[in-house]
Amino acid sequence: MSQNGNRPLIAVEDLVVRYPVARGLGGMLARRPQRFVHAVEGISFSVKRGELLALVGESGCGKTTTAQAVLRLVEPVSGRIEFDGGDITTLQSRALRPLRRRMQLIYQDPYESLDPRLSVRAAVEEPLQIHGLGGSKTERLERVREALSVVELNPPELFLERYPHELSGGQRQRVAIAASVVLGPDLLVADEPVSMLDVSVRAGILNLLDRLREDGLGILMITHDLSTAARFADRIAVMYLGRIVEEGPARSVVGNPQHPYTKALLSVVPRRDPRERSKREILSGEAPDAVRIPSGCRFHPRCPIAIADCKRIDPALERVGDGADHAAACIRL
Amino acid sequence: MSLLTAEDLNVWFDLDGGRELHAVQGVGFSLEPGERLGLVGESGCGKTTTVLGLLGLLPPSASISGRVLLNGVDIVAGGEETMRPHRWVDLAIVFQGAMNALNPVKTVGSQIVEVLELHERARGRDARARTGELLESVGIPANRAERFPHEFSGGMRQRAAIAMALACSPSILIADEPTTALDVMVQAQILELLDSLCRDFGLALLLVTHDLPVVAELCDRAAVMYAGEIVEHGPMDALYHEPRHPYTRLLFAATPDLHGEGVPASIPGTPPRLDQPLVGCPFHTRCDRAFARCTEERPVLKELGDDRSAACHLNDVVAEVV
Amino acid sequence: MSVVLQEPAALDDAVPVRSRRGIVWETVKRRPSALVGAGLLALVIVGAVLAPVLAPYDLHEQVGPVFGRPSWSHPLGLDDGGIDMVTLLMWGARISLVVGFAATFVSMVIGGAIGVTAGYFGGKVDTILMRITDYFLVIPDVPLMIIVAAIWGPSLFHIVIVIGILLWTSTARVIRAQVKSVRERVYVKRARSLGASHMRVVLRHVLPQVAPLLIANTVLTIAVAIFDETALAFLGLSDPSRISLGKMIENAFQRAAISTGAWWAIVPPGVLVAVIILACSLLGGAIEDALNPRLRVAHLSARTFRLRPLVGRGPEAL
Repeated sequence: MSQNGNRPLIAVEDLVVRYPVARGLGGMLARRPQRFVHAVEGISFSVKRGELLALVGESGCGKTTTAQAVLRLVEPVSGRIEFDGGDITTLQSRALRPLRRRMQLIYQDPYESLDPRLSVRAAVEEPLQIHGLGGSKTERLERVREALSVVELNPPELFLERYPHELSGGQRQRVAIAASVVLGPDLLVADEPVSMLDVSVRAGILNLLDRLREDGLGILMITHDLSTAARFADRIAVMYLGRIVEEGPARSVVGNPQHPYTKALLSVVPRRDPRERSKREILSGEAPDAVRIPSGCRFHPRCPIAIADCKRIDPALERVGDGADHAAACIRL
Repeated sequence: MSLLTAEDLNVWFDLDGGRELHAVQGVGFSLEPGERLGLVGESGCGKTTTVLGLLGLLPPSASISGRVLLNGVDIVAGGEETMRPHRWVDLAIVFQGAMNALNPVKTVGSQIVEVLELHERARGRDARARTGELLESVGIPANRAERFPHEFSGGMRQRAAIAMALACSPSILIADEPTTALDVMVQAQILELLDSLCRDFGLALLLVTHDLPVVAELCDRAAVMYAGEIVEHGPMDALYHEPRHPYTRLLFAATPDLHGEGVPASIPGTPPRLDQPLVGCPFHTRCDRAFARCTEERPVLKELGDDRSAACHLNDVVAEVV
Repeated sequence: MSVVLQEPAALDDAVPVRSRRGIVWETVKRRPSALVGAGLLALVIVGAVLAPVLAPYDLHEQVGPVFGRPSWSHPLGLDDGGIDMVTLLMWGARISLVVGFAATFVSMVIGGAIGVTAGYFGGKVDTILMRITDYFLVIPDVPLMIIVAAIWGPSLFHIVIVIGILLWTSTARVIRAQVKSVRERVYVKRARSLGASHMRVVLRHVLPQVAPLLIANTVLTIAVAIFDETALAFLGLSDPSRISLGKMIENAFQRAAISTGAWWAIVPPGVLVAVIILACSLLGGAIEDALNPRLRVAHLSARTFRLRPLVGRGPEAL
């Protein structure tokens, strides 16, 4: 499938992203120490061609920031980001431009991600114009048709002159995906691609992403919906307060969760079948804000199996011995 | 006599140019004390309009017909006058997005006190004491009453909204998408809260949502809505294991499950427009089992025994598996 | 139970949502205030543009005594030079409108450019530009005009520049606010992340959203510009060789029209200025209202019920 052997499409090492918390004039004058939102605190992962990695977690865990950092839409404080073997961590906008073709972002809101004034044809053509691709107008139109066909908006002619407000949410999202694939990218980052769509429409979009994955694209999907990740992802990485606490093949993580947070999370996901009600481990409270990270293991205040050492030791991701490429960060394993 | 019975509820919205949108078409269901009923459907199916109609909270462009019997008494018949005494007192609602609808410049406690005083349940010190009780019953420490909404997390704001709904000790609580914007762990907390409130206070719960697994977890029975009408109604178990309407079956099939096998599949097509008269079954253009009769004759919601009903011609064909 | 499904190209011939492009035209068609405003404005513009053709008399020809009374041949009488008032009004409106439009154009260009730049780039650029705007906001117009007239001499060109320089601030602020909000829209961010240049994003995505508001603001600015010109002319700071409506009032004033009782020399130009300003305000205001969705307050109306008789779909309907 990939000519580059097993070299990952994107490899992230010890990524750290922080945002300063606004101090205001009073704070500055009073010389209060600058506080930071520790959005991402040292994570490492990779996505191969033809692989769909789901980054799951609750709000505030840093998954969206990670996606933005990978796309260089946000500056990392430290760490390394490699795209197809090349270090892109510190590249500036000029050098990044050719890369923008190869990495595309799909947004959560299909109602807002398309310019209401542009027809479908214009919206899908625009990336080609920006990057000066596709030759003549007819050649570009052909590419637009192809892209619409790939996202299953068939026949393309029916959609070319439509405007976003004439399309359903699912169709709009497909147009957004078409505008992304028309450039022939290698990596797609999908930020909650279906959370704003009706249930009966979601599977279509996700199956489309799955097909794109089979064609060799690498996909990094951000989602809070564990069921979606379980069914569509190859690998799952669970994030909590800026760290990956568990990572592995979707089957392993869902079928054999190791980290207490993953276990609790999975136990409270509602099931379709009323007969399948497992014991729910409901954690109390909510995740603390990312400004004041707990000492030691950041999960220890809410952890059902925390011991004294958990307050001191910040665990690293370690292989769990189930034979698969499955790792978790917990000293109790 | 049920606690709440809706009979043949219809809602129309006036549109520009003299047309009408028939948003709710002949909806009926009943709710017993302490029962949890789910009203499930996707966007535009009319579920929110139905419950707003139940409470008489529709905009001026809407007109309503049908009966809403509260302990046998029709509260809609006399218009706003008959409805108002029951609103919040017998039937309370946690609106969609209620957690974002708290007044940002007033403390959470004062907003609950306001509800109590408005409905003449308590005044002054008594009201504040009762507010503390209400907050504790939803898992918020009473001393947080003096905080402002922005100091609460999303989950806590939702709890506060639930406390507000319980202020007048209603017998029926309607929750419209109570956990949609919340994280999965907070969702579990809220669902557990609703569960225990129903048990402890004998509340009947009408849960309106598009999320089938949430309904499966919390409710005993559910009514599935499509294009403004109820297409299937029955116990949760039966709906999943033996659906009697293709939409129910396909909706479950489209919902990813954590441990289930197989890949979810979309339902092709889009729901019909409700501003035009419908011919035949509203679902027939998207149905994988449609046949000739489906394009001509609109199915009626029929009782199928075992407390189940469905609106599908396939049920008339004996032993046909839907 | 596996069903092979593909979401087919089912298109809803949906009720078209009003596209913003049509908002200006839609508004003018629908709202009475906009129609009145547009109509009046059109009338005045036509009259002024066609002055050389339509004016009953020559502009410099004395056709009667000083402050001649209104008569059938001169419905609005004569001015202090014996010239027909109707003719003067048409020519005067011409100058007033020219100054008004020109000054507005200047202010729109400056204000638009600054507003878009400040709103789009934000940060330091925004702060600096807004501080500059604040300084201009504070400058008093009449003293500035007096100084300009004193130093460089009064001329139409100077008036246009002065008014333009003073008016751009409000345009800049309004545009900046709108650009800031459009900037945050997902499709704009998306265009940037695709690698679109700033120029492209602004021209293709931001400006079209800002245009209707810019139009509304421009129309309202014309009203102010004309008022300013009238005031400045009345104070004698305008080009003495050109007759504008304000100049007409000033002339009449200077030549003691009031004490002579020659109301027809002062009132008509004043009324015409007021009409123009009213027309612009009505039109501009109507467009602005149409663009502001928050002005629809149906949800705040008192609760009423509209009941209909029972419908029912057969006895099995439960």
